[in-house]
Amino acid sequence: MSLHRPLSPHLSIHKKVLTAVFSIFHRFTGICLSLGIILLSIWIMIVALGPAYYSIFEALSSLIIFKIFLFLWTLTIFYHLYNGIRYLFWSYGKMMELGTVYKSGYAVIILSILSTLVVWASV
Amino acid sequence: MVEFTLPTNSKVQKGINHPTKEFSEKPKKIVIYRWNPEDQDNPRLDSYEIDLSKCGPMVLDALMKIKNEIDSSLTFRRSCREGVCGSCAMNIDGVNTLACLKPIEEVNGEIRIYPLPHMPVVKDLVPDLSKAYEQLASIKPWLQRSNENSSPKQNSSDEKKQTPKDREKLDGQWECVLCFCCTTSCPSYWWNSDEYLGPAVLMQAARWVNDSRDSERENRLKAVNDKMKLYRCHSIMNCTRSCPKGLNPAKAIADLKKAIVTEL
Repeated sequence: MSLHRPLSPHLSIHKKVLTAVFSIFHRFTGICLSLGIILLSIWIMIVALGPAYYSIFEALSSLIIFKIFLFLWTLTIFYHLYNGIRYLFWSYGKMMELGTVYKSGYAVIILSILSTLVVWASV
Repeated sequence: MVEFTLPTNSKVQKGINHPTKEFSEKPKKIVIYRWNPEDQDNPRLDSYEIDLSKCGPMVLDALMKIKNEIDSSLTFRRSCREGVCGSCAMNIDGVNTLACLKPIEEVNGEIRIYPLPHMPVVKDLVPDLSKAYEQLASIKPWLQRSNENSSPKQNSSDEKKQTPKDREKLDGQWECVLCFCCTTSCPSYWWNSDEYLGPAVLMQAARWVNDSRDSERENRLKAVNDKMKLYRCHSIMNCTRSCPKGLNPAKAIADLKKAIVTEL
């Protein structure tokens, strides 16, 4: 930096505008899903290892914390899915007017919650 | 590189409080980022109180009132005071905008004013835009006519005609005043400003790509078709959110990406 000029504040002073919040949540949910894939593979391995190991899993899965975790993970899947579809439209330059961006963002949230509830109501 | 915190010389300290001396009918507190290169000190936040009943409607009016009446050392850029020059771009109440277009009324409570985010500060609210201007020059923001003079019929001094329909393609892009509100609201630009061109410059790239009179469309597209220059844009849309002229840089960038995929 020339002349030892200070750097103006950025993240700490910029308003948490929804456009950026939707975007960072897309990344965050993406990371959660990647980690979830590892857990999913472990689960498949447990299934393959037979009933003795599976009973340990069953005991774990009856815990309320496990259920909460799984519920959030379902929400994560749907958010990432619907927001990903939003990105597909943007790749074609569609639905990019600011008003539409906000509306589609709210739609993603509502759809993710509804889908998650539908999935959990049907298991 | 992604660095979420400020360097030690940039951490903002508590500043000076300038209370009003007289009774004010409609008092408003304004907190402003200050840094003077002549002090060997870190930036600080000074607070001022002004009487809105004796002040113009826009944030720029308030800044000028402070400079004229309370603290003449307050430094900021301004010129046209009507949103066509792009000089008074700053971060007001957390969002980048032009001070001359931002009504004081729109801000509840105290008004916090910072320079454009993640830029080297020259003094107070004046950021150093030289890097951004360099990036603008790199996309050659002028009409290129390489086939000029190749045929005796075409002369560079001839009028360059354009149909109204072709001219319409530049709408929403030529209006940009290069205030860099969009570029400095973009987190991708914050972390990659050394290589990523940023929304303002990319929208200008699109503006020349879309000009029917320009002969270098293909070369222009090739020039921005770069992992860092263009594809650091992740459609966060903060640019469109903050443009004080209501333009849509994110869409211009999306159209650039699309043109690269379909034409190159």
